[in-house]
Amino acid sequence: MNEHATSQEGALGKVILSARNIAKSFGNVHALKAVNFDVHYGQVTTLFGENGAGKSTLMKILSGVMQPSSGEIVLEGEPVRFSSTTEAQRQGISIIHQELSLAPNLSVRDNVFMGREIVGKGGVDYAEEARQTRQLMEELDEPIDPLTPVEDLRLGQQQIVEIARALSVNSRILIMDEPTSALSASEVEVLFRVIRDLKSRGVSLVYISHHLEEALTITDHAVVLRDGRMTAYAARQEIDLEWIVRNMVGENFDLGSPPDGYAMGDAVLSIEGVTVPDASVPGRAVVDDVSLSVRAGEIVCIYGLMGAGRTELLESVAGRGNMAAGRVLLHGEDVSRLSIAERIEKGLVLVPEDRQRDGLVQTMSVGENLSLASIGAFTKGLLTSRGRERHVVRDSISNVHIKTDGAAASIGSLSGGNQQKVVIGKMMATHPRVVLLDEPSRGIDIGAKAEVFKLLSEGAAQQGLAVVFSTSEVGECLSIAHRIVVMSRGRIAAEFGADANKEEIMAASGEAVVA
Amino acid sequence: MSDVSQDNDNERGKLFGGDFDIKRVLLEGRAFFALIAIIVIFSILSPVYFSTSNFLTMSSHVAIFGLLSLGMLLVILTGGIDLSVGSTLGLAGVFAGFLMQGVSFEILGVVFYPPVWVVVILTCGLGALVGAINGVLIAYFKVPAFVATLGLLYVARGIALLMTDGLTYNNLGGSPELGNTGFDWLGFNRLFGIPVGVLVLAAVAIACILLLARTPFGRWVYSTGGNARAAELSGVPVKRVQVLVYVLSGICAAIAGLVLSSQLTSAGPTAGTTYELTAIAGVVIGGAALTGGRGNVRGTLLGAFVIGFLSDGLVIIGVSSYWQTVFTGAVIILAVLLNSIQYSGRKKQQASSDGKTTSPQPESAATRSPASGSTAGKAGTQS
Repeated sequence: MNEHATSQEGALGKVILSARNIAKSFGNVHALKAVNFDVHYGQVTTLFGENGAGKSTLMKILSGVMQPSSGEIVLEGEPVRFSSTTEAQRQGISIIHQELSLAPNLSVRDNVFMGREIVGKGGVDYAEEARQTRQLMEELDEPIDPLTPVEDLRLGQQQIVEIARALSVNSRILIMDEPTSALSASEVEVLFRVIRDLKSRGVSLVYISHHLEEALTITDHAVVLRDGRMTAYAARQEIDLEWIVRNMVGENFDLGSPPDGYAMGDAVLSIEGVTVPDASVPGRAVVDDVSLSVRAGEIVCIYGLMGAGRTELLESVAGRGNMAAGRVLLHGEDVSRLSIAERIEKGLVLVPEDRQRDGLVQTMSVGENLSLASIGAFTKGLLTSRGRERHVVRDSISNVHIKTDGAAASIGSLSGGNQQKVVIGKMMATHPRVVLLDEPSRGIDIGAKAEVFKLLSEGAAQQGLAVVFSTSEVGECLSIAHRIVVMSRGRIAAEFGADANKEEIMAASGEAVVA
Repeated sequence: MSDVSQDNDNERGKLFGGDFDIKRVLLEGRAFFALIAIIVIFSILSPVYFSTSNFLTMSSHVAIFGLLSLGMLLVILTGGIDLSVGSTLGLAGVFAGFLMQGVSFEILGVVFYPPVWVVVILTCGLGALVGAINGVLIAYFKVPAFVATLGLLYVARGIALLMTDGLTYNNLGGSPELGNTGFDWLGFNRLFGIPVGVLVLAAVAIACILLLARTPFGRWVYSTGGNARAAELSGVPVKRVQVLVYVLSGICAAIAGLVLSSQLTSAGPTAGTTYELTAIAGVVIGGAALTGGRGNVRGTLLGAFVIGFLSDGLVIIGVSSYWQTVFTGAVIILAVLLNSIQYSGRKKQQASSDGKTTSPQPESAATRSPASGSTAGKAGTQS
């Protein structure tokens, strides 16, 4: 192992896999724009970037989950094309996704050999599989019995099982997407020991993490992506935390500034001591005693890492999810016991984070999606009025500036940004007083982002809307929000005014602090 | 201003211009074309098939399946399934027969003969009850629809058998002295020469069309089946919708039970066995997706007529009942096959229209990429 790093390439270990000018577009969203990326033999290369920077897309391309729109992948000097993950695996490239892909009902042995069962004379040779599994687990210093059901293992151990599975197919390159986000500190230690062990065995690793300092302790190279472009590349020795943050965030596209020149009203939404238990870990709370008050015309941004409890907080305020304790007051009235529909009626709406899963009905048209939450507004007696519905839909399309072929167009024909505007327009059509938006900028391009923020800012200034939006991109906190609330591990860790700086916000979220 | 005119152009283009595609028309109107084909083929094979009286007879058979299919459509649109409709039909018939025989209150020593309209209401109430049990189990107790309605399939059939000891009620005519005549009006009789059962089907179909197209509930049904999570967050009372579709399906089954026992002037506990499968087949042939969110009344009615006219046609030309079963099965498989072609085709279409709408500028790189380039080429040759 040669640890004397001088130049950016070559000396640290030869390049085993490289991506050349990789571009990937989804409709008119360009997720990746001519990215170059090298993986070095026996070393860890970490990919830094905010949400939507293109990290996951790049990893999916390298592991054969999707194909690039243009550009090529070079493996040991040979251009290669992976049409599937199996093909990538055959070439020695495996990926461990953030959501583990193990079958919890099967044993460790069955998971390791899933799809590649060793067949002997009398059917599957379970003894041989168990022997190999045991050997793998011992090599990884995690002697788990091969017959243990995976669901009985802790998350950290499950991750090691995934690693064992990758090693059992002789992976030379292992991609790990946010492997530590759900691990405890001691489990992270175990994982890092395994990673060091893998390096010494000549396995090359690609690592993605939001926990910057944690990643810095394990990585040999750093690559920073921003808005689908590679913005910086350096060896570990040459960089520090500040360098990563600077390159990640960059000079911001102007997302606006907090609207002013009007008087804010009284507190419209008051959240008092809201606690949401963790469904998977009894006794733990994903939202832990959170209180927050928002005034009419005020825009509040909730910043936090993945798993900080932002989504759970917003969902429980909107009426989904099980609040164990606390109250939600709307205009001083307790709405904690009301259904989602009743809360919408009272003017409290949520634009969910995952628009495909929670926001849109894919089988319905743009118009039907837009009018779904406000059917009551165009119902006379028992029947809906088509004319009035057209009116509602037309208003929505022009109010939130949706680019569409017309109300009858299918939802799938819209770009991500326009789909997001449909979800926002749908909720705005109910004439709310309080709008909660969970990561409204997720997966939409910068222009659409600016438009969405402008809409919110106008709503607050002109209609006195109370707006609460969450984000995991620090640049977005410093745009239209009057107030920035930082969540960490289910609690409010800090609160800032609009004049905060990026470093202190990130520090408060735990992002730049050693776990 | 320019925007508006552009929109109009787009719509006109869609209706009359470039998007016209004979394959798509055949695919989307397949149930209709299948029905035409069936009528033409059997009319050639048998001289008696193409006559008003035969069509009316066949339609009164179709009425039963049609009623079940319409209820089933509502359930399937929400992404559920109702296996209990055949049994509910049988139970409803037996229950109506039981009421027509007179209910004796032993304590009072009187026998009460309810008039037919009371029988109809009580029987529909029974169907609603069966549906409500289904719906509550599925929506609130999270029992999978398949299992809950399978359970009710057995329970309802069992109760029907228990009520009659396995026997059939034959005397449903009532008598003028008791004031309960008129049961034959529900399906056996004709109004303006049309079997009442067919008229009942038409009435229920119109009600369903209005319900699905013009009421908030209809929209809720489609959105629940399309994406229940999104519907819930939009304020749709998803659970209530689920319960209600099973209730409506139960009522449809009860109406079908009344019509059938009126047509036969008897009510047997085994009536309607396996009819739930025919009902599902009708919905599927009509183009609805079993995953929910897609389907309509027109298609479902066509589906019911396809099955009904096919099986009656096979009877008329003297094909053995064993072969009838084979033919029916083949038609169902063909329908599902076409469904999956249609829905995967729709996805592709979306992808290509994606390319069209998202690359308005000619200099955009996307238009030059081989994939969207070829679709653009096709559009060019068509126009």
